[in-house]
Amino acid sequence: MTARVVFAAAVAGASFAAGVVWLADPGSASATRTIAVTAHHSRFEPDRITVKPGATVRFVVHNSDPIDHEFIIGPPAVHELHERGIPHVHTGVVPGEITVPAGATVETTWTFGPSGSPPIAYGCHLAGHWAYGMHGLAVIR
Amino acid sequence: MHRPFRRFVVASAVAGLCALAAGAPAFACAGLVTPGGNVKLVRAATLAAWADGNEHYVTSFTFQGGGAEFGSIVPLPGLPSKVERGGDWTLQRLEREVAPPAPRASCGPNCEAAAASPAAAEEVYNTRIDALDITILRGGGAAVGQWARDHGFQLTPDAPEILDFYAARSPIFMAARFNADAAKERNQPEGEGTPIHLTIPMDNPWVPLRILGLGKAADDIINADVFLLTPAQPNLLPAPADGVAEARSEPASKSLLDDLRSDKGMEWVPQQMWLTYLRIGEQTGRLRYDLAVDRSGTGTPSPVMAGLEAPPAPATTTTTAAPTTTTAAAAAKPVPKPKPKPTPTTAASAPTTTVPAVDPTLPVIVEPPATAPPATAVALPPARPASHDGSGAPAAVLIAAAGGGALLFGLAAWALPVRLRRRAARP
Repeated sequence: MTARVVFAAAVAGASFAAGVVWLADPGSASATRTIAVTAHHSRFEPDRITVKPGATVRFVVHNSDPIDHEFIIGPPAVHELHERGIPHVHTGVVPGEITVPAGATVETTWTFGPSGSPPIAYGCHLAGHWAYGMHGLAVIR
Repeated sequence: MHRPFRRFVVASAVAGLCALAAGAPAFACAGLVTPGGNVKLVRAATLAAWADGNEHYVTSFTFQGGGAEFGSIVPLPGLPSKVERGGDWTLQRLEREVAPPAPRASCGPNCEAAAASPAAAEEVYNTRIDALDITILRGGGAAVGQWARDHGFQLTPDAPEILDFYAARSPIFMAARFNADAAKERNQPEGEGTPIHLTIPMDNPWVPLRILGLGKAADDIINADVFLLTPAQPNLLPAPADGVAEARSEPASKSLLDDLRSDKGMEWVPQQMWLTYLRIGEQTGRLRYDLAVDRSGTGTPSPVMAGLEAPPAPATTTTTAAPTTTTAAAAAKPVPKPKPKPTPTTAASAPTTTVPAVDPTLPVIVEPPATAPPATAVALPPARPASHDGSGAPAAVLIAAAGGGALLFGLAAWALPVRLRRRAARP
């Protein structure tokens, strides 16, 4: 009887451990990672990243330029809105939308879509910046 | 963040001349429109001449429009020993020389092309010439950009890279701001140009070209005219080609030199000089160089000064002397005499470089080279120690091992009593 209890406890422990392993899986959608992005010479470095489906990413954006920049990440509709809209300061209230003043470092968090989602662009929509090449792409894979 | 209230615009205005039409002479038209759209810099022409160890850099700014303020930043190869109002005749006379019947009219389509245009930059010198507030700056690209922001200039997205491009070669810039109040006080009519004459101790003349594309789209065509006056037929880098057409290369006529010498501040013009007239017609995306000159015609212009090669790291640029001026506004400022130190620019194996003369009494400015990654570079994000995306595998293995160990322990704990019971049951 005692042996059976011990065996059951062992199996339960192993199952718990397996569950922990599953939670710690790098492919988990709930994982949060940090990506450092630099705005330099009105371009983003890196300008292409790969993320897991459903990943939540903390973007830490440093602006090394003497001019202000934005970091806006989202689907095409978001970029179209910002490209045509009235420019304003993004305080970070909206996830994935921040203004990064000259020389400053600002962060924002963005959760990507599930597997099969189209790539998500990030860029700056200050006058002429997107056209100059200040944008990047996050591939969900 | 947009700054629509900003009224100053950084202009590339160095030697921009807009072509009126095919075959017609070019006029200086670096079209610059502020966000408000009511003020524009319509004219900026340049003469780069060399005599007695000095580059004489004459450029003119003509502003039109409303009462807003407006400005321009020009990179310089060295610290000017003198900043003064240029004569009114010089640039016009040069234009007449290369295009006698040229009518003066409104600018062409290119005039409409908008060139809107950490450590603090040092304001080496300030003066006012007519309605232009002139500031000679010393600092890196970021510092000069920050100074421009602080003084109301609106920097276009290409400005950081271009400022770094120039600062890596020389940390000296000239900021010119049109002061509307000053213009009103002196009843300066719209369209009146203000020529600025800089005397810069240099081994060879140098003309910034890349900055002409500041604020313009990559496929915009830059039309500009550059006049060179040198002791002999110069060697140029880049060599005249499609983008930089050599429209005239000949001994300057006596009448031209006499006329130039008669203008204000132009008494230095020698009796004999070589006139080179270059017509710049290049796409902004391709105009990523400047004009390096070997005045002797026997040496090789510096590819570093032409922007074709990165400067040796770290780039060292020195200055010669604080500027002097002939304007009343700057009369109170003490100005040391310039100390030109012309250096022979001959090198059999190595290319000749144009290096500002060194004044040991002034600090040496060391600028780190601009290290711009290739535009096509695709960089993956750096791995983060705390990341769960890729770097979490060791932890998972550890936990799995612990779980496996627990399972083995359970199996052993179950098997051992069974084995003991069986052994005890044996006869």
